[in-house]
Amino acid sequence: MDFLIFQAPMLMVQATMDGLVIGIIFALVAYGMALQWGVMNIINIAQGELVIMGGYIAYFLYVAGIHPAFGVLLSPIIMFFVGVGIYKLVINKVVDRDLFISILATFGISILAQQLMNFAFGADVVVADSGFGTLMMFDNSVVLPMSKLFSASVCIISAIILVAYMKRSKLGRAIRATAQNARAAKILGVDTEKVYAATFGINAALCGIAGACVAMTFTLHPYTGLPYTIRSFMIVIIAGLGNLPAVAVSGMGLGVFEEWSDYLLGTEFRIAAVFSLLVIILVWRRFKLARKREYLK
Amino acid sequence: MNNFKKIFISFLSALILTVVNTSSSFAKVEGDTIVLGAAVSLTGKYSSNGVHTQNGYNLAVERINSMGGVKVKGKNYKFKIIYYDDESNSGRAAQLAERLIKQDGVQYMLGPYSSGLTKAMAPVTEKYKIPMVEANGASRSLFTKGYKYLFAVLAPANLYLDVAVDLAVEKNGGKPVKIAMAFEQDAFSQDVRLGILDAAKRTKSKIIIDDKLPKELNDMAATLAKVKAVKPDVLVVSGHTKGALTAVKQIAEMKVDVPMLAMTHCDAAKLSKQHGKKAEYALCASQWHKTLSYTDAFFKDGMTYDADFKKAFGYAPPYQAAESSAALLVFKDAFERANDFNTKKVRNALAKTDMQTFYGNIKFAKGGQNVSKPMVLFQVICNADGSKCENKVVAPTKWASAKLVHPTPSWSKR
Repeated sequence: MDFLIFQAPMLMVQATMDGLVIGIIFALVAYGMALQWGVMNIINIAQGELVIMGGYIAYFLYVAGIHPAFGVLLSPIIMFFVGVGIYKLVINKVVDRDLFISILATFGISILAQQLMNFAFGADVVVADSGFGTLMMFDNSVVLPMSKLFSASVCIISAIILVAYMKRSKLGRAIRATAQNARAAKILGVDTEKVYAATFGINAALCGIAGACVAMTFTLHPYTGLPYTIRSFMIVIIAGLGNLPAVAVSGMGLGVFEEWSDYLLGTEFRIAAVFSLLVIILVWRRFKLARKREYLK
Repeated sequence: MNNFKKIFISFLSALILTVVNTSSSFAKVEGDTIVLGAAVSLTGKYSSNGVHTQNGYNLAVERINSMGGVKVKGKNYKFKIIYYDDESNSGRAAQLAERLIKQDGVQYMLGPYSSGLTKAMAPVTEKYKIPMVEANGASRSLFTKGYKYLFAVLAPANLYLDVAVDLAVEKNGGKPVKIAMAFEQDAFSQDVRLGILDAAKRTKSKIIIDDKLPKELNDMAATLAKVKAVKPDVLVVSGHTKGALTAVKQIAEMKVDVPMLAMTHCDAAKLSKQHGKKAEYALCASQWHKTLSYTDAFFKDGMTYDADFKKAFGYAPPYQAAESSAALLVFKDAFERANDFNTKKVRNALAKTDMQTFYGNIKFAKGGQNVSKPMVLFQVICNADGSKCENKVVAPTKWASAKLVHPTPSWSKR
């Protein structure tokens, strides 16, 4: 079998760049997931729906005649309050419960959100045209849409801001303390209830930013949230909780891996390849852990 | 708690009683009304096309009823449709088919939206020997199962885009062409793919890219980069509305120059409205277009249908609505020719259908698919400043209202 990617070497550059850029957007969503998973021990199945919701905010700016790029500013603000609202309504009742309960609860939120969005925004696939143009490189053989580049930069900047905020601010310290030991934090005067609400809000805001980017780079539809949930879940599983650089690396790595498998194995196998990689990583981890525990016996 | 239980049980029995009682009050024909059953997607991912389907049905019912209805054994009957919402879920659609037949006593069915849901309902209607005229399930596998009670007014999926290959070959001076294709992995798109494979074989053309897009994919950058590298003569894409929108968006962003781009689902995706000039020159497969010159006694012709539909529902009818309206015309015709309400006789009359509607000629093959109506291809053509884009029929030549622009001008000149 002859691989097109080796016949046209520029495709390697193209694949790698496409993968990196997509990976960065997914990494931002994954970072939100890692954050609230680490702090509240909740796996949020509705993560993808938060992304799509954020996307629709950017889309409606576009419909109203405002450039959708402003969505990356407005969307996180609105989505923060949406996140806090969801926390107050549902999540606060499942925070200390079994992981299974939280999965069920957020699964419910996800179905409800899909139906509500479908009801409110309609079932048409929509796009917000950014009109950013295209970056041509290497004598036009590698192209990178500026909308993707813009989205990736926005995601990187927001991730940096967030890290700084978590390190420097009072709330950031409280969130980190709660993640380490909620009871101890509570005894030391941290209002964990508020911290939880803020954490979920920040997660939703991150999804909002990513959503606005998705609206400009891809397409929006009320039912397309699930891939974002699954992808961010995978990134977090691979990177581990509370490890931002690892989340970024695993996000980009997965993106590149996916693009390369598209060229090497064929488009129909790109998703399968990513999932096989996940299985391999999990099995490998399990062996590593088992070896570590041996001396405990 | 005990009290609550009692209330619950009595409520349940009351409910069952009502259901049992009402089920006998419905029948296939009530007084002067012929009752048809339909499960359409009013919620869920197919809801916009589900609504188009329902609007198409309703417009036809209204029209037929207002023009005297259906004449059987010298008496005039009116159409009435019982609708249920199948939530775009095939399991639910099959359940509702059972319910329509067993509880509501419906004896004649109209199809749901999409091949997948039609596939779920067809075994049920077949089991009860209920004739179903469907207008929105084009998948080839619907017509190879030997169903006797299923009739589709639309052309099967494998005929959607093979016209484009023929057109490309014709433009290439009759010489074989290089084809790149990207199809979503669902029943419908894969059937479209089979049609292209046949067309490629027939014209001795070569398929150089054959990508199967995962359902959740919203990024075609990899496929398009390949297209850019190998330079095919024609690029064929089918992935419902999401596929059409993604393809046009990314082809424009990545400045992919390909002489001919052919797709499905352009009008459902409102391509020309959402993408404007970026969508220009794209070729789109369509079951129907308002400018086609078919006529009938009820809707007159495509242009009149378009105007009437716009007046009734406030938007231009996509072909999904037109074909749904045609399904009712077929039923009316079959009832009158059978001159009876017996389902078997109606079925036999349906099988012998040979008529022209505003939507096209309808004549069913053995499998139940409509073989006498070709697909049309239209091309998105914009005015000079790109403020207004229109769909113009370019093939088959018999109905062409505009000349095909070929090859597509390169992005550097657009």
